[in-house]
Amino acid sequence: MKNEFQVIAELIEKDKKVLDVGCGDGTLMEFLKNNKKTNIRGLEISKNKVQECIAKGLTVIEGNAEKDLTQFPDKSFDYVVLSQTLQAFLNPELVINELLRVGKKAIVTIPNFGYWRIRLHLLLKGTMPITKTLPDEWYNTPNIHMCSIKDFFHFVKSRNIKIFKSLAINNQNASIINDSNLTIKNFFADLGIFLIEK
Amino acid sequence: MNTENNIKTLIVKKPLKLDCGKTINEFPIAYETYGSLNKKKDNAILVFHALTGDQFVTGLNPVTKKDGWWSYAVGPDKAIDTKKYFVICANVIGGCMGSFGPSHEDPNTGTAFGTNFPVITINDMVNAQYNLLDHFGIDKLFSIAGGSMGGMQVLQFISNFPDKAKTVIPIACTSSHSAQNIAFNELGRQAIAADSNWKNGNYSSEDTIPNKGLAVARMAAHITYLSKKGLQEKFGRKLQEREDLKFGFDADFQIESYLRYQGSVFVDRFDANSYLYITRAMDYFDLAKQFKGNLSDAFRATRAKFFIISFTSDWLYPTQENKDIVIALNSIGADVGFVEIESDKGHDSFLLDVPDFLNALKNFLDKSYIEN
Repeated sequence: MKNEFQVIAELIEKDKKVLDVGCGDGTLMEFLKNNKKTNIRGLEISKNKVQECIAKGLTVIEGNAEKDLTQFPDKSFDYVVLSQTLQAFLNPELVINELLRVGKKAIVTIPNFGYWRIRLHLLLKGTMPITKTLPDEWYNTPNIHMCSIKDFFHFVKSRNIKIFKSLAINNQNASIINDSNLTIKNFFADLGIFLIEK
Repeated sequence: MNTENNIKTLIVKKPLKLDCGKTINEFPIAYETYGSLNKKKDNAILVFHALTGDQFVTGLNPVTKKDGWWSYAVGPDKAIDTKKYFVICANVIGGCMGSFGPSHEDPNTGTAFGTNFPVITINDMVNAQYNLLDHFGIDKLFSIAGGSMGGMQVLQFISNFPDKAKTVIPIACTSSHSAQNIAFNELGRQAIAADSNWKNGNYSSEDTIPNKGLAVARMAAHITYLSKKGLQEKFGRKLQEREDLKFGFDADFQIESYLRYQGSVFVDRFDANSYLYITRAMDYFDLAKQFKGNLSDAFRATRAKFFIISFTSDWLYPTQENKDIVIALNSIGADVGFVEIESDKGHDSFLLDVPDFLNALKNFLDKSYIEN
């Protein structure tokens, strides 16, 4: 169980209706279902991953978040979760808008491109950074819209999206991000978790 | 055709008012069961057959002496595990394997109904089959499942009886027959009508049945059940037991021979009038229309768990039409899962050995049964 998923689970109260967008093999869904008794659904683009979810008894719809979120009515879920997938979309802004339309609240996690190891990699090696959270080469990465914690923080504020909670994850530790420590968190965290609402 | 041997029949005493306005009484529903009903009566699965299927889902069909139509999916340890579940399947009304249909005798004339049989709908079919629940004393089915026209019956059943099934599995189907679907069915019907033996449906003796028309109908339909890629890979331009083209109209190509064979074996087991009636029922199917154009309303009253399955190469009931059902369910917050299975076997994929499909079906059922 990833620390990220534990932090996400702590943000969600019991007995809520949750949609996990890009649910993968259903690890987070299973955890939430068992520990939070959530009524949880998943949306996943990969046929193999959908099959894995079905084998776990999870309710998953095969589909593409950029096209298929439109079928869900406004505010039909208490929470919509998007874990480390935002950077892979052609149009991340559209997806964020859809998450906030479908969910009363959205939880978005992003691999932080402002993380010091990434900065150092580019500074010293002069090649596209490869880390544990971003393991792919530039030519085969699905991540086409990388951003830093600071970028995302500024983005949501500029769109009048309300941030309930923002957390920086570094080495299994989670800490609160606010306006005053943003620059430091943006340097030391490899992952950002945002609970937002519009 | 109808053979009385080995056919279990329930005579429905309760009158059934059909969509066409007529009422039928004391009519037979032919059915078969597999596995056994447990004490709690919570392990029953009602399976619905497609256009040319029948109640003999798996094992040896005692009438045709061939494997049941869903032998890959249903049986001991299979996706629908008959060691665990009690599987019921009925021949649809309008059919020709023992249920009330056009080959039955019209008491007013003493001859077969033929085209005097009332036009039936998918709605009529499921209303007739609902009587089997009372017959077995089942309050709630664990699941209802079916592909193609079977899937349409699944959708209609849960719409009519929202609290009578816990899980709902429509496969490779649609909520409304498209113009293309109707067009292919009309082609089949016209082939039958063009056979001089058809005589407006008043054929009776064995040697004057419209075999040729029915065979052509089957050949045309069979093409729609396969994919272009599947056909190309299986047959390509391979020749049938000959070195070169014969410059005539015999079956030079294997695909021709294959289709002719499919047509010829079909007429031995199917009634031409039933083909007309059942294709008509499919064409009339438009679930949204029953709810003033809002498909979601068809499912608003149910709390059942849906699992919808489509196939990549199915161009008869393509993924998008299956997805439209998913969308209608999502828009009312229903519990719905969906997967599109990769297969080049076309619409027939649901009947064949497609492991991804069979695994998904098995996992969904078994996991849902544990949570039950």
